[in-house]
Amino acid sequence: MRLSRLSLTAACLLGTLSAAERVQFNRDIRPIFSDTCFACHGPDESKNKGKLRLDTLEAARKGGKSGDPAIVPGKPEQSAVMKRLLTTDPDDHMPPAEFHKVLTAAQVDTVRRWIAEGAEYQGHWAFQEPRKAAVPPIPAGGNAIDGWLGRTLAEKGLAPNPEADRATLLRRAALDLTGLPPSEDDQKAFLADNSPDAWSRALDRLLASPHFGEQMAVQWLDFARYADSNGFQSDTTRTMWPWRDWVIRAYNENKPFDQFTIEQLAGDLLPNPLESQVVATGFNRNHRLNGEGGRIVEEWFVESVIDRLETTGSTWMALTLNCCRCHDHKYDPISQKEFYQLFAYFNSNEESGVLGDFGGAASTRKGGNTPPLLLLADADARQKIAAADAALAEAQAALKNAGPVDARAQVAWEARLLSALAGKAVSWSPLSVRTATSAGGATLTRQPDGSYLAGGKNPANDTYAVNAALPAGKLTGLLLEAFPDASLPGGSLGRFTNGNFVLSDVTVTLVSPDGQRQVLPIADAQADFEQPGYPIKSLVDEAAPAGKGKKATPKTKAGPGWAIAGNVDANKVPRKALFVLPPTTVAAGSTLTVELHQKAIGGHNIGRFRLSTSDQPRAALDLKESPATATLRVLLMKEPSTRTAADRKELARLFLESPDHPRQALQARVNAAMKAKQDASMSGLEVMVMKERATPKDAFVLNRGEYDKPGAKVERKLPAVLPPLPAGEPNNRLGFARWLVNGKHPLTGRVWVNRAWERLFGTGLVKTSENFGSQAEWPSHPELLDWLAVDFVERKWDMKGMLKFIMMSRAYRQSAAVTADKLEKDPENRLISRGPRFRLSAETIRDQALATSGLLIPKIGGPSVKPYMPEAVWDETSVYGDMRNYKADTGEGLYRRSLYTIWKRTAAPPSMLLFDSATREVCTVKRSRSNTPLQALSLLNEVTYIEAARKLAEATLRQPGDLDRRLAWAFRRVTCRELQADEAKVLRAGLEKRLTAFRADLPAAQKLLATGRSPAPSDVDAAELAAWTVTANILLNLDETITRE
Amino acid sequence: MNCNDRDFLGLTPADKMALSRRTFLKGSAGGIGLAALGSVLGSAAFAAAPGAAPHFQPKAKRIIYLFQSGAPSQLDLFDPKPAMAAMRGKDLPESIRKGQRLTTMTSGQKNFPVAPTIFNFKQHGQSGAWFSELMPHMASKADEWCVVRSMFTEAINHDPAITFMQTGSQLAGRPSIGAWASYGLGSENKDLPAYVVLSSFGSGRPDDQPLYDRLWGAGFLPTKHQGVKLRNKGERVLYLKDPEGMSREVRRESLDELAALNQRRHDVLGDPEIQTRIAQYEMAFRMQTSVPDLLDLSKEPQHVLDLYGPDVKRPGSYASNCLLARRLCERDVRFVQLFHMGWDHHGGLPKAIKGQCNDTDHATAGLLTDLKQRGLLDDTLIVWGGEFGRTIYSQGSLTETNYGRDHHPRCFTVLMAGAGVKKGTTYGETDDFSYNIVKDGVHVHDLNATILHLMGVEHTRLTYRYQGRDFRLTDIHGEVVKKLLA
Repeated sequence: MRLSRLSLTAACLLGTLSAAERVQFNRDIRPIFSDTCFACHGPDESKNKGKLRLDTLEAARKGGKSGDPAIVPGKPEQSAVMKRLLTTDPDDHMPPAEFHKVLTAAQVDTVRRWIAEGAEYQGHWAFQEPRKAAVPPIPAGGNAIDGWLGRTLAEKGLAPNPEADRATLLRRAALDLTGLPPSEDDQKAFLADNSPDAWSRALDRLLASPHFGEQMAVQWLDFARYADSNGFQSDTTRTMWPWRDWVIRAYNENKPFDQFTIEQLAGDLLPNPLESQVVATGFNRNHRLNGEGGRIVEEWFVESVIDRLETTGSTWMALTLNCCRCHDHKYDPISQKEFYQLFAYFNSNEESGVLGDFGGAASTRKGGNTPPLLLLADADARQKIAAADAALAEAQAALKNAGPVDARAQVAWEARLLSALAGKAVSWSPLSVRTATSAGGATLTRQPDGSYLAGGKNPANDTYAVNAALPAGKLTGLLLEAFPDASLPGGSLGRFTNGNFVLSDVTVTLVSPDGQRQVLPIADAQADFEQPGYPIKSLVDEAAPAGKGKKATPKTKAGPGWAIAGNVDANKVPRKALFVLPPTTVAAGSTLTVELHQKAIGGHNIGRFRLSTSDQPRAALDLKESPATATLRVLLMKEPSTRTAADRKELARLFLESPDHPRQALQARVNAAMKAKQDASMSGLEVMVMKERATPKDAFVLNRGEYDKPGAKVERKLPAVLPPLPAGEPNNRLGFARWLVNGKHPLTGRVWVNRAWERLFGTGLVKTSENFGSQAEWPSHPELLDWLAVDFVERKWDMKGMLKFIMMSRAYRQSAAVTADKLEKDPENRLISRGPRFRLSAETIRDQALATSGLLIPKIGGPSVKPYMPEAVWDETSVYGDMRNYKADTGEGLYRRSLYTIWKRTAAPPSMLLFDSATREVCTVKRSRSNTPLQALSLLNEVTYIEAARKLAEATLRQPGDLDRRLAWAFRRVTCRELQADEAKVLRAGLEKRLTAFRADLPAAQKLLATGRSPAPSDVDAAELAAWTVTANILLNLDETITRE
Repeated sequence: MNCNDRDFLGLTPADKMALSRRTFLKGSAGGIGLAALGSVLGSAAFAAAPGAAPHFQPKAKRIIYLFQSGAPSQLDLFDPKPAMAAMRGKDLPESIRKGQRLTTMTSGQKNFPVAPTIFNFKQHGQSGAWFSELMPHMASKADEWCVVRSMFTEAINHDPAITFMQTGSQLAGRPSIGAWASYGLGSENKDLPAYVVLSSFGSGRPDDQPLYDRLWGAGFLPTKHQGVKLRNKGERVLYLKDPEGMSREVRRESLDELAALNQRRHDVLGDPEIQTRIAQYEMAFRMQTSVPDLLDLSKEPQHVLDLYGPDVKRPGSYASNCLLARRLCERDVRFVQLFHMGWDHHGGLPKAIKGQCNDTDHATAGLLTDLKQRGLLDDTLIVWGGEFGRTIYSQGSLTETNYGRDHHPRCFTVLMAGAGVKKGTTYGETDDFSYNIVKDGVHVHDLNATILHLMGVEHTRLTYRYQGRDFRLTDIHGEVVKKLLA
C-alpha cells in the first residue's frame, strides 16, 4: 500500500475532494463501490448480476455479459460504468432504483476522475501489511502522534487546544486507566510536582494501579460475552469468574498482547500448559449454551462453534465473518468455503455444544458448568478438601465399626413400635415378580428391597411390564411406590434430566390358570403427593367393569398423568400411588401383569419402583401405611417365641433401616461429611475451558448455513486474502493464534491500537472500530494508524507502553473546550482539534459514585456480587432456571466495583443497560453512548446514588471549616477541580433553602437518610445531613461528573 | 437514510449543533430559561430528520402488538380441521410429515396420534370467520379481524423463535421491531418514550415461557431505542420515584440548580451534549408526572373497565395491560407491545388453553371496542399472535378429553386489526392437518415487512450500518403482503 504517497487531507471526513488532488481508490472509490455496487458486482460470484464484477481491474476491463468493458482506464466516456451512472433511462440506470442507493453528483464525478486518471485499483488497505512512514515534523512537547495530527489540523486552519489544567488532566487519565477518580494523595502529588516528567510519572503510577486491570477488563468482558449465566430460555448459573480474574491479572501484569492472545485462544494446546494458561481459554467458552427442552443438539453445536468463530473474528480482526456463513461475503474477499475452513479450527473441542445432560454436571434448569472443565484449587481450597476428606474417612470408619446388631436397642424399639402400631389393619404384599421388562429397551434391575431400578437407555416414552404370580384369594388394590436413587438425575425419582416422571396410564391384567384374561379398570386412585396439573386422578378409568380381555375404554382423564415435580429438591423422597381395583377373586395359579405407561412427555420415565397388592376392603385402602410398616406390624404382633428365623432376620433388617438404630446416626454423619467434601470441592472451582479432541471433528460447508445441510468436507485453512500460515506452525488453534500475533498480520495490530485510540479519544482513527473490512470507514489518519500498529509490534505488544505513548501526546493532553469555529470545522472532533470529552461508561459512573462517597470496597476479583437491584429484577418476566428471587448482598457485595456485579444475560442489571452496557448475549466490540431521561432518573433516584450522596454529605460535614469550604471540598472531591464563585453561589443558595425546609420537616429528612443499608451517623444533625445529601445528589448528577473531560 | 445519531428526543447532531450555537451565542450566565429551552427542544422532537421514515403516508400512527408467548394452538382456536375427527388416534401420515424435523421432546415418540380439537368452531359475523368456542369475545369482533392462517417460521424452539419474530434473527444481537420503529420514526410524545413494553403471566401454564431483555432490546441500535418496560412487579418504571423524604419542591429546586451548573459548564466548554443532558433531565422530571398519570386507572369509568373483563383490576394482568395500552395509544406512544406468557401446552392442553383464553379473550376484544369508540382504531394497528404453531399430533397420550401439542413452525395463525388492515378477512390455507401451508404462506419477515409498511416504513429502506453491513429488520427477505391491506 502506498500510503506514503497519500495526501493527509481529511477531505474524506468532510466529503469533499479538492480539484488538484489525485483520486485514491481505497479512500475515495472503494467506499462508493462497496456501498452501492459490490452487492451485485462484487466478490460473491453467486450473486453477480450480468456476470459483471467491479472489484478487480481485470474483471472490470473484461466487462459483463454485454461484452462492453465496464471500465476503460483513462477513458471515462468509453466506460460502461459511467454510462450506467449517468443515463436517465430508468432501465439502464445504476444502481437500480429498488436498491435505494443513490450516488451524489460529487460521487459520480469522483468515479469519473478516477477512471480518467487511470483507474488504479488498490487492495483493501486493512488487508495490506502496515508500514511506518516518515513522521512529519513534531511540535514541541509532543510526539509522533502530534506530528501526524498537526499536519491535518494545519490544513484545515485549526490549531490544537492548549493543555488542559492539571486537575482535569489527572482526572481524565485516572478515569481512562483505572475507571476511578484519582485519590486525593495522587492529586496533591501531581499538582505539586513541577518536574518535567511529572506527567510521565503520574501515568506510570496509574498504569501500576491494580485497578488498571479492572478498567481494561470491562471492555474485554464485552468482547468475550462473559456472564454468570448460560443464556437462552432457562438462563441458569455458570461459574466463570476465575477466567474474569485471569483477564484482570493479565492486564495488571502487562502480559504482552501476543501472549494475551495465544493463551486465550489456545492455552490448552501449549506444551505443558500452566493452569492459568488453560483457564485463559475460557474466553471461547463464555458463549451462551442452549438448554431449552426439545433442542436439537446438532443444531446448537453448530451455533456454539459459529459464535466462537464470529467472536474471534470480531475481537482480533474486526471482521464480520458471519456474513460468509450462508454465502460468499458480499464485500470482503472471503468465501463461504473459507468460513467453514476457519470453522474447522474451532469445532474440535470436547463438548456437546449445548447445556444439559450430555456428559456434564450442568442441568437445564439448575445450571452449572458444561465440560470440558478444569478443576481449580488454591492452597486454601486444597486444605479444605483435605480436611473434609479426613472427616469423611473418620465417619466411615466409625460406621464400619458399629455392628449391625444391637439387641438392647432393638428390644426397646420393638416395644415402642408395638404400642404405636397395634390396631392398624391394612396390609400390602409386595408382588412376587417373575419378569419386569421395558418396552423401550431400558434395563430394569431388581434391588434388595424388591424394587426395580431402570437403567441404560432412557426411551422417549417407555412402558414397563411387570409380571408376577398371585396367591389365591382376593385382589382389591395395587400400590405403586417410587423411590429416589443416586443413579437417577439429581438423585431424584424420575429418569428425565430434571428428575421428574409422568405416569400416563396403568393397565392391570389378571390371567387365570386356564388362560382367561381380565383387564381390571382403575376404579379410583390416590397419591401421597402430586404435581399441580398432573393429578393422580387422571389415571382413573371411567368405564364400568371391564369386558373380558379388553381394556376398559374410553377413559376420562383429568390431566396428562401423574407427576411428582422431581426437579424440586424437597420432592426427592419416596412417593406412593394407590390404585383401587374392582374386588376380584384370584384363583390359585393366576398371574398378574401390570403395565406402567409413560407417554405424556418424552423421557419422563419412572426411575425406581415397587408394586404391591392388597386384599383389604376398599374402605380400608388408603396410603397411611407403607408395606414396610405393614410387614413390621405383622411381625411385631407375633409372640417373640413364635417368630421364625426368617421373621427375626427381617425384624433385625427393619430395625437396621429405622432411624432409631444407632448406626443411622453414624450414617447421617457420613452423609454430612460427604456433603462437606462436596462443598469443599466447590471452593476448588471447576471452570469451563477448551480441550481439543484427540482426533479433529470433520467439518463441512453448511448449505445456507444450516446444520442439517452439510455439503463438501473441508480442512482447516486460512482465508487466501490474509497471509498464509507460516511454515512450521501447527495447523490448529495454536497455529491460528500465533498467526494472528506474528507481527505480519495486517489486522491484529491496527485493530488493537485503534481500540486503544477509541478508548482515549472517544472515536477510533477508524470510526468503524467494529469493522475493518471493505465497508470500514477510511481512517481519519491512515498513516498514523499504521505507524502506531507497527510501533505496537516493535514494542513487543506492550499494551501499557502503547497506551502511555498515546497519552504522552499533546493531543491527549489538550483541553476539551470547543469554539463555534471548531464545532463547525471539526464537529465530531475527528481531527482531534480539542481534548476528548465524552460520557463515562455505565460501570465507571457507578464506581465513581462509590469511590467519591467512600463506599467503594476496592477488593479485586472473586465471585460475582449482588448489589442493589430493583425488586423482582429476575422474576418479572421469568419463573425459569435457578437465577430467581434476587436478593441483594448485605455486606461488601453492595459496594464492589461494577464489573463484579452478577450478570444474568436475559435480565441484566437495569442501570447498566440504561447506560449502554452490552447485554453479553453475543460478542459486542462497541457500545453506543446515549443520553436519555431514564439515565437521569437512575442517577437521581437509584438507591446506590442516594446512599452515595448521603455518605458524601457525611464526609463533607466532617471536613473542617465553614459551609463554603465544605462546598468547595465536596465539589473538588467529585469533579477534581476548584469550585468557581458563581457555581458556589448557586449551590449555597440551594443548600440554605433546603436546610430551612428539612429543619421544618425533620421526618422527611430522616426518611431520606434511611435510604441504603449503610448506617446513618447518629452524631450529625439530620436536617443538615439531608440538605447536604441533596446537594451531593446534584453533584453526582452533574454532566461534568459523568463525563471525562 | 442516516438518522443513526438521533437521540431520545429525536434530535440529530445537526439539531443539537443549531441548538448549541443558539445558546452558545447567547452565552447566558449562571442560569437558563428552561421554558425557552424546552420549547426549542420540544419542536425539534417532532422535526423529522432528513431522509428519515416515514417513507410515505402511514396508515397506522401507532401499533399495539399483543404477543402471545409460548405459541397458542392454531388448531384449537382459529384453524378448524373437521376432517380430523375421523382421523382421531391414527398416526400422522408420513405423506404429511414428509420427514420434517421435530423437537427432541417428541421425535422419540413411537407414533404420532392425530388429536382433533375437542372444542367447537363456529362462523361469526358478516365475514363468517371461524373461531372456536374458547374465544367468544374475539369472535364477536370477527368483522374487525384479518385472520392470517398461513404464518410460518424457521425456528422450532421458543428462544430462537420468539427472538426471530421480534428481531428477524434467531440469534441474539439484532434490534427488536419496536426499537426499529423508534429508530425510524422517533417519538410522538415528548413525555414518554416511543416504545413501551408490558408483560403478564398466564394462568394456563404459569411457569412458561420466560421473556428476555433482548426481545425489546435495541441490539446494535443506539440504546435509547430499547423498549421501556412498564413492569408487572415492583416499581412500574424503574427509578421513577423520588427517594423517600424528597418532596417535589426539593426535587424541582435541585433540578434547577443542576441545570444552572450544567449550563455554566456549557458556557465554558461549548459541548452541545451538555444541552441535551439538561433537556433529558427536564424530560425525566416530566416523566415523573406523566407516567403516574398514565398508570392511574382510578378515573376510568366502570363501563370502560367492564369492556376489559374482571381481570382489569389486577395490576400486571393482561387485561390491565390492555387498558394501559389504550392509554398509551391516546398519548401517541408509537409502539406498545404486550407479552402474555403461558401458551406452551405440551400436555394438558384443553385445560391450560382455557386458562389462557380466559386471560386474554375478553380484554383483547374490549381493547378493540374501546379503541373503536374513541376513533383510535382507524390509525392504530393491532397484531395478535405467538412465535409458532402447534402439532396436530398429540404429544404424550391422547384421550377423549386430553392431549398435548408440540412446537410446530410450519404453520400458525396471527390476527391483525385496525389501521390499514383488510377487516373481516381470512387469509391463507393449511392442509387438512394444519401441518403444511397449501396457499398464501406468510413468512415472519413478510409479517414484519407488512407491519412496517402500515407504519409508513418501507422495510428495505429502514437500515442501519453495523459492522460494515446495512442491517434491516427483515434481513434480506420479506415482502409486504398486499392482500392483507385494506
